[in-house]
Amino acid sequence: MKQPENIEQQLWSYIDGFSSREEKTAIEKLLASNLEWKSKYHELIEVHQLMNASELEQPSMRFTKNVMEEIAKLHIAPATKNYINNKIIWGIAAFFITLITGFLVYAFAQVDWNFQDNSKPLIDLSTVNLSKIFNNNFVNGFMMVNVLLGLALLDRVLANKRKKYQKQA
Amino acid sequence: MSTGLGDNEVISRVLLGEQNAFAELVTRYQNYVFTLILRMIKSREDAEEIAQDVFVKAYRSLADFRGESKFSTWLYTITNTTCITFLRKKKLDVHSLDNEKVFEVAENKDSGFKANVIEQKSRVNMVTRAIAMLSPDDAEIITLFYKAEQSLEEIARILGLEINTAKVRLHRARGRLKEKMEKHFTEEVKNIY
Repeated sequence: MKQPENIEQQLWSYIDGFSSREEKTAIEKLLASNLEWKSKYHELIEVHQLMNASELEQPSMRFTKNVMEEIAKLHIAPATKNYINNKIIWGIAAFFITLITGFLVYAFAQVDWNFQDNSKPLIDLSTVNLSKIFNNNFVNGFMMVNVLLGLALLDRVLANKRKKYQKQA
Repeated sequence: MSTGLGDNEVISRVLLGEQNAFAELVTRYQNYVFTLILRMIKSREDAEEIAQDVFVKAYRSLADFRGESKFSTWLYTITNTTCITFLRKKKLDVHSLDNEKVFEVAENKDSGFKANVIEQKSRVNMVTRAIAMLSPDDAEIITLFYKAEQSLEEIARILGLEINTAKVRLHRARGRLKEKMEKHFTEEVKNIY
């Protein structure tokens, strides 16, 4: 026997028109023959109609005027697609993919694939010379650019916050 | 005054620089947006401010509306995110809000749900008051489905859910609404069933 909750679920689907044709036929048969289904259906259809009949709330009479006064001070922002260049995004993605691939290739190149001794680690970290990496001009330049970008982003966030507070004041 | 133009035509005019045409969209959707917000926020004063904010945001981002969905669906997505941000700022947990507390808030504040004795007897008003007792999530999905003329697919899009998840959430919200009605409006419910 079906649980009442299950009956409700099926009936809501039927009322909303989400039931398949087979489900619809089966529910209609049950509604014609089963009192429990019939009474539950009447309960739910009543709630459904009441929810449809509930009224919309209205804001104050000045609402439209307030909005129009507010937007009179503003301009429509340019569409995002106009100022976000897909080529730049793909360029950044390609840069990071190349960087990650480079690191992976370097890491795997360090692995001794013919090792015999099981106690030895797969990658000998002692052979990785970190000082050599960070003495490299290219890596230093890359780190510097990242720091500058980070500072520029921080500056922008703080400037936006300052603008927001000034506006509120 | 209504121009009789479709939403997309009005939007094109606004984008061409006819700022006043936006008033048509505000007039057309203000009651829907306001009802949706009021049912989530439960305070008329805050709801009006947020509704205003929603329309200002919609105006600012109008160039980003690509017409892939209905304008109303796009507008309710902005409404949803604005309400969630507001509720988070107010430190209210949208997902685990205690329904009974919401009821108290709804009853104590001048929320617009207080009705006179005659109105309280009306069945429709009972549903409105029962919806006010629901959590913002439940109230939102019920309002989107019944009052905002949104299909289940559109609701799923607005809320960022899978269609089946939206369907289950709608079903559960209605179940909880029915429970509220049976618990708090026993007499009226007896007359209905």
